Amino acid sequence: MATVELRFSALPEHVRTARLVAAAVARRAGVDESVLDELRLAVGEACSRAVALHQRSGVDGAVRVALTEQEKRFLIEVADEAGPAQAAGAGGGGPEDEDALGLAVITGLVEDVEVGNGADGGVIRMSWPVAPASADA
Amino acid sequence: MDLSLSTRTVGDRTVVEVGGEIDVYTAPKLREQLVELVNDGNYHLVVDMEGVDFLDSTGLGVLVGGLKRVRAHEGSLRLVCNQEHILKIFRITGLTKVFPIHNSVDDAVSATD
Repeated sequence: MATVELRFSALPEHVRTARLVAAAVARRAGVDESVLDELRLAVGEACSRAVALHQRSGVDGAVRVALTEQEKRFLIEVADEAGPAQAAGAGGGGPEDEDALGLAVITGLVEDVEVGNGADGGVIRMSWPVAPASADA
Repeated sequence: MDLSLSTRTVGDRTVVEVGGEIDVYTAPKLREQLVELVNDGNYHLVVDMEGVDFLDSTGLGVLVGGLKRVRAHEGSLRLVCNQEHILKIFRITGLTKVFPIHNSVDDAVSATD
């Protein structure tokens, strides 16, 4: 079970909340301060992408963010309910470009990242190392 | 934290001072501002990002859109940014090659290439 799990309606105004919660839980789990900015950005990108997928497909639903503290890694999973991945390049231009930019940011920032498919839509899984001994345990 | 925007004219340049967070929720406001400026005939823009705490790819997309608009009028869009965590996002997306990035508004305003 996730340490903290968050579900929000796929709307842009909730992405900031997800970023803040993820960073707070990661800090508590012992993720190094120096990567918290990157983690916050990566979660934001994953959530923005999920929201955009919902908007594009016109499917109502929720974005799920699961934050899981393990012994050595801190895992973040962002899943959408926008249905199966659609073939890119349909429109040419706008949203797909932003999608590509978002993924470029995630893959540029996060060493361990996997973009896949879940039961109801896409899933982005990311992880970061946690400090071996938490200073304020 | 929301997005704050203010504009002023310095010579033939229009400086857009941006503060707060530019993300999927707030980026449309920045897009509107840039579109409005270009529609009003301001083709040489300087976007001052020193007050920006957070920028994501949606924000990058808006800046790229702004750049395309001013270039259609043979204009320019320069950025002012010294914050490493913001610069990093431009770097990993290759956009440091697309935008002229300056250390100060003075520098950006006087730049001519």
